[in-house]
Amino acid sequence: MNRKLGVYICHCGGNISDYVDVEKVKAAVEHEEGVFLARTTMFACSDATQKEMVEDIRSNQLDGIVVASCSPKLHLTTFRAVSERAGLNKYNYVHANIREQVSWAHSDNKPGATEKAIHLVRSAIAKVRLAQSLEPITIPSRKAVAIIGAGISGMRAAIELADMGCPVTLIEREHFVGGRVAQWDLLFTTDQTGKELVTRLYDDIAKRSNIRLLTGAEVTANSGNIGDFTLKVKITPRYILEKCDQGNLQKAIDACPVEVPDEFNFKITTRKAIYHNFPSEHPQYPVIDIKNCTRCGECEKICGSVDFTQEETTVEIKVGSVLMATGFDPYTPSEGEFGYLQFDNVVTLPQFKRIIDLCEGKLTFKGKDIHNIAYIYCVGSRQVEAGANAPVSQATENREEASRDISGENRYCSRYCCTSVIHSAIETKKRFKGITNYHFTRGIRTYGKQELLYSESLSMGDIYLQSYEDDPPSIIRENGKTTVKINDIMTGRKEISVNADLVVLVTGMVPRSDNSVGSLFKLPRGRDKFFNEIHMKLRPVETVIDGITICGACQGPKNITESVCSALSAATKSFSYVSKGELELEPIIARVDATLCTWCGKCMEACPFDAVKKVSEAGKEIAVINNSVCKGCGMCLPVCPVNAIDLVAYSDQEMETMINALAEDIK
Amino acid sequence: MAGISAKSARILVFSTEKISDPAIDMAGLLKLHYPPTVYTISVPCSSCIKPVWILHAFEKGFDGVFIAADGSDCTYGESCTDKTGRLVSMTHEKMKEKKLDPARLRMAAICSVCSEAFVKQIKSFNQYLLQITQS
Repeated sequence: MNRKLGVYICHCGGNISDYVDVEKVKAAVEHEEGVFLARTTMFACSDATQKEMVEDIRSNQLDGIVVASCSPKLHLTTFRAVSERAGLNKYNYVHANIREQVSWAHSDNKPGATEKAIHLVRSAIAKVRLAQSLEPITIPSRKAVAIIGAGISGMRAAIELADMGCPVTLIEREHFVGGRVAQWDLLFTTDQTGKELVTRLYDDIAKRSNIRLLTGAEVTANSGNIGDFTLKVKITPRYILEKCDQGNLQKAIDACPVEVPDEFNFKITTRKAIYHNFPSEHPQYPVIDIKNCTRCGECEKICGSVDFTQEETTVEIKVGSVLMATGFDPYTPSEGEFGYLQFDNVVTLPQFKRIIDLCEGKLTFKGKDIHNIAYIYCVGSRQVEAGANAPVSQATENREEASRDISGENRYCSRYCCTSVIHSAIETKKRFKGITNYHFTRGIRTYGKQELLYSESLSMGDIYLQSYEDDPPSIIRENGKTTVKINDIMTGRKEISVNADLVVLVTGMVPRSDNSVGSLFKLPRGRDKFFNEIHMKLRPVETVIDGITICGACQGPKNITESVCSALSAATKSFSYVSKGELELEPIIARVDATLCTWCGKCMEACPFDAVKKVSEAGKEIAVINNSVCKGCGMCLPVCPVNAIDLVAYSDQEMETMINALAEDIK
Repeated sequence: MAGISAKSARILVFSTEKISDPAIDMAGLLKLHYPPTVYTISVPCSSCIKPVWILHAFEKGFDGVFIAADGSDCTYGESCTDKTGRLVSMTHEKMKEKKLDPARLRMAAICSVCSEAFVKQIKSFNQYLLQITQS
């Protein structure tokens, strides 16, 4: 039994101490049985405090510690490492979560939060008094990683993992790789195009024999745990032979009578049911969109490479870790939001980027020449609560005003859009004659090197106007002309009107509308509805689901550089799970009290891992646990009629003493 | 242990390390408030909870016990749901023997993203416990 204990209560800056009186907690526990020292600390996880803990443990020969701070999901390993550095077995440290489950959950009730924190710390002290020194157990881990999503992040992560010697399965739902980046033309800061970037990465992937690329592939089932995941992947065929006759294929595409909106161009153009994405798409052969194909047979008549006998298949993949790189959706404004789908010359930023890529010589849209372009910023990002702004919508016979309501749930800044639109505006001016750009902003956020673009835009004569969220710009269509008006705060809220040939809504990023793969892996989503990491700074690519990492814009709005950085980080983290071929697990296993066991077989029936065996010992039959097979689930515990089974670290004594501490009144 | 407070019952929650604990943590992160007299003890799997622990909690004065079960997401296998259900039934029988209202033990599957569901369950359980103790 541990009798010389150290207790550390963290302020977490103010995350805890703003709501929990940590000094009161310390005073309430410092005289508990076995507590030798109790301290409060501004940041328990800081290097200085960790060193102090090591020194405390060594100099006072502490045989157990309690750390009351944030969730153990975040810092359990940190403080276990502290214990080990101090020569204390890491299972003699017990954690009390007084941030997520106290200060944040009860920020509406400070006295209640403080009282709860005292109970939780006392409970942890009660547990550590009984803690034992244990050694971890090891399990095999498959040296293979599955990456879901072959956009810029997924492709880069695949290359990184492959170069570390790890087999990778890269799973892409679409029939072409590259994700959103494939849709962009020139990119800041390198001036290479999205197509060039994707082509380079695709070529790099093709050179690596340990990357298996599956396109038209969707994960439909997931089972297993860290070190041993089994994924079922449904693969939709392309209905085109891999070695096809490109000349006849083009004729087949021309002959196809089906036309559907082209998602690659954000529906500003159409495509056939048999289609390419763009001239250098990868893999470099087209696909038949079977959902829209009418099976008229026209393409088959022309091209022998069309093969409707191909069938959907399902493959099983076994990996040790899964890396999620599923990307984002561009925000789609609702009908009428700043005139979207209401006026024919209002488009979103992604659509505008495709328009300037598709136009040659002069900028046109729907047959009309474009000279004056109005960019309305923060559409779908930095939204406000309903009623916080003053939407106005007036209509007369010749005059129609679009809704300028910016209320919604997307409170975050999408980060990339200011830079992206300014870059597009500059490129438009460079590429086409007679362009004037008017930027209706809510403040420019071209951080870091991107500020150079803003300077360049200003020097090229772009005009910047600004408003706050309580008074967004209005779009009016009168006598066939579109006017954007703003009460510009840079000129003392003077009303400024601009006649616009084209209005570009600078839309941000939103989470994928199809979250089926996230649901499959039970990945938590944050307030912004993007996948949530454990901690944005300390564990930025890990999720609470062991063995699953996240990167890129599925985690939150990011530009390409940021996405690639997070991809490299996630690749490294996933590799750390599989690189050794084995993983250390908690030594939490069942144990049988041979003196109580009378062998009834119920524990053996309950065990899903065949870890319980019957043996004869001292003249009677009893149950024994195979320690190398037991996973520590404890399913055998409640079925024992004589209460002869315990789980290490969850004995009756430990559980009851914790319950006692939680139930005890605070004096 | 003092009796039930005017506003909130004292509830012991058994959560699971990999499944329901993250949801309860995220409830805090999202500032989804629930009574501060709700205390959580984390276990590896909801089907490892012994009836004696639950009965001990009632004996020590907890008004209710809530099992935030793994449900079908249990990393130890699909049988968890049935096994947790059976241990709850078994405990209900023991509670009846001890003249305890079986409804004071409640179970719901709380997955790793079920923060709102957890808070909703806890608030409703708290309301129930307040009603039965005040009637």
